[in-house]
Amino acid sequence: MDGIVIVAVVSIITAGLTITIGGIGPALGEAKAVAAALASIAQQPDEAGTITRTLFVGLAMIESMAIYCFVIAMILLFANPFWNYLIHKAGG
Amino acid sequence: MNLTPDTVVFWQYGFVKLNATIVTTWLIMILLVVGSWLVTRRISSDLKISRWQNGLEIVVIFIRNQIAAVGLAKPDKYLHLLVTLFIFNAVAAIGTIIPGFESPTASLSTTTALALCVFIAVPVYGIAERGVGRYFNRYLQPTWMLLPFNIITDLSRTLALAVRLFGNMASHSLIVGIILAVAPLMFPVVLQAFGLLTGLVQAYIFTVLALVFIAAAVSGQEG
Repeated sequence: MDGIVIVAVVSIITAGLTITIGGIGPALGEAKAVAAALASIAQQPDEAGTITRTLFVGLAMIESMAIYCFVIAMILLFANPFWNYLIHKAGG
Repeated sequence: MNLTPDTVVFWQYGFVKLNATIVTTWLIMILLVVGSWLVTRRISSDLKISRWQNGLEIVVIFIRNQIAAVGLAKPDKYLHLLVTLFIFNAVAAIGTIIPGFESPTASLSTTTALALCVFIAVPVYGIAERGVGRYFNRYLQPTWMLLPFNIITDLSRTLALAVRLFGNMASHSLIVGIILAVAPLMFPVVLQAFGLLTGLVQAYIFTVLALVFIAAAVSGQEG
């Protein structure tokens, strides 16, 4: 296999792995956060506003991890610098 | 299928480009400025108020309650920035139901600009409230050895703010594009409706995170 094929194969496989492994952790984390928040709201319905706001901020923080993985996967698939470099070298 | 609206170029002269991001950003800005001016032109405090004024009051009171809830004493000082951030992000998210409209927040340039606004607003509000010395003393807490980490925290959370909004909005348009290729009947509509929800939640989260950062700088304790 020449360089372009290797880079293409590795990029595609890595993009899939990135979003797979990167999705597991945030999914578990968000599940625990929501479960804890629901239990708290059930115990203290008066504090629902504060709990919900803190929950949303926390969920956004947790979700950032998944979003980072998504952005990395998108870079690998659509804006891969190594791929562009090889294409540029082969073409020019 | 476009990854970002940056790639849709309407007009180009040399390195000066007029792409969809700039056009939609200015359209939203004109809409918000003219709309707000029209609504507040005949503002009244009677029992009977116009429905548009009522709608804007709901947004303002909502954000104001959020500011009061994190414990800031004078909510009105922070209203301008936070309500502007919220309605800009909300309109950019809701606008995606218009065919052909690409949300400007699906471009990393727009979200970086918004995050930089927050990055600058935090020390401005902090210094205005607590003075230069006491504000920068925040970076030496709890010991001076943590100075590099406090600086990295400031930079990384600004980056996270920008990439979070960009990732959410860009992934939405991307997913709708992929579903459109796989199952073009009905499913894209459901995902579009779901995108409205995530877009509004992201607008809310962006505003609340900016609020939390400002509150931490103003009150002097990490919150």
